[in-house]
Amino acid sequence: MILYDYVLSASCYKIRLMAALSGQKLELQAVNFHPAREHKSPEMLKLNPGGTLPILRDEDLIMTDSSDMLRHLTRNLPEWQGDDDGWLDFARTLNETLGMARLHDVLGFEVDIDAARKRGVHLLRLLEAHLTEQRFDGMIFLTGDTPTIADIACFPNTALAPDGGVSLDVYPSIRLWMRALRSLPGFIEMPGIHRLHELEAAE
Amino acid sequence: MSDSSKDHWYPVGLLSDIYTPRQTLLFDQEISLTHDDTGFVVKKSGGVSLPTIERFGHLWTSLGQPDHDLFVIPEADTPGRHLVDVGSVKVKCSPLRAVENFLDIAHFPFIHTDILGAEPHTEVDRYKVEIREGVNEVWATKVKFFQPQAAKSAEGGIITEYMYRVPAPTCAVLYKTCPPRPKEWDIITLFVQPLTEEWCEVWPWMALYDDDSTMAEMVSFQQLIFMQDRSILENQIPLKLPLDPGMETPTQADMTSVAYRRWLKRIGYSYGAQMVAA
Ligand SMILES: [Fe+2]
Repeated sequence: MILYDYVLSASCYKIRLMAALSGQKLELQAVNFHPAREHKSPEMLKLNPGGTLPILRDEDLIMTDSSDMLRHLTRNLPEWQGDDDGWLDFARTLNETLGMARLHDVLGFEVDIDAARKRGVHLLRLLEAHLTEQRFDGMIFLTGDTPTIADIACFPNTALAPDGGVSLDVYPSIRLWMRALRSLPGFIEMPGIHRLHELEAAE
Repeated sequence: MSDSSKDHWYPVGLLSDIYTPRQTLLFDQEISLTHDDTGFVVKKSGGVSLPTIERFGHLWTSLGQPDHDLFVIPEADTPGRHLVDVGSVKVKCSPLRAVENFLDIAHFPFIHTDILGAEPHTEVDRYKVEIREGVNEVWATKVKFFQPQAAKSAEGGIITEYMYRVPAPTCAVLYKTCPPRPKEWDIITLFVQPLTEEWCEVWPWMALYDDDSTMAEMVSFQQLIFMQDRSILENQIPLKLPLDPGMETPTQADMTSVAYRRWLKRIGYSYGAQMVAA
């Protein structure tokens, strides 16, 4: 499988993370998203007329939607499947709000930054409320006791919210959930998202 | 402000991005970048045109009266190098903080773990720091450090030798052992555009020998490295760079930083600096 990848993209990281956690190897093809906008180049548009990243290619199958990619990577792994549909949609809205705020703050994208942050905070409150409910029921992840593609889809843009000027300090349940994900075997990092350090784990 | 800060050249855009008009800030002032038949046009918001220089893949301008040309990097002109436009990243910190962090070799094992440094190889050996009077630049030479993966083209750990150079207040040049060509230096720069005193746009640029990596891979590698620095920079307190050396205790590894601060003080550079103890 080939992942057309941009190193700072939260959505590309989602796919790299899912592959790593499930022990699957991806061949990474770096795309110069910034500053060269190579994802809009004629060759890349041939692969994905929508001009977005990531793109996942498994032989003749070309996927351009990260939810499809997560489903594809876990199609034979029922332990990674749960009641995911609603959360995959939720992940999309996280990308449109917190994700865009981050692209604004880091790479200078033109975005209505106040609106993006405000909607992002609203989503974080919903996520916090749900994860708190889950904890009352003795569950740490979005759909149950173990992580599914719902968690992997929602994690990157949540964890990277501070890059877009949105603090996570006031969401204890989200922070616990992120710690649980960061301590999973096979977890990989990206700038702004670190694996759980030994000291932190012992706290 | 009566200091010399505005009388230098600053990077404000990429030459490879000429078709995109750009609105940006320089020293809290709005400026616009456009392109016409004669070339690049940089204007202040009132319509006054500013001088420009095209060099190192970037467009440079000045709001003041620079009495000098923009510095040169002769080594970058040797043939066969890949000139890499890394693109800009915005950071909420003083432009001087961004340069100071770039000069600090001791952070490699902790911030760029397993890429530019690794525990337990955290010591920095003695090296030489000087302010070169004739050219009025800060230089650190004979810097040696163990690196697990010093460049995209480096396999496995190597002892890497570095030279650091500060040729302008918000620009730093790193000369680094070049794995495929031991007699040459790879060149990695950090050009910083001051947006405000506590907000900057950082334009890394590189001139490398690397026949194994694609351009996208070289860009990705450097963006990854710089994003690791960004999270540190945004959490530094104070956001401005204190020029009073009494405020933070220097170690061997900080000698370049101390020289940099002393030099800024000497040339009267105060934008983004904290002159009095907080
Ligand atoms: Fe660094």
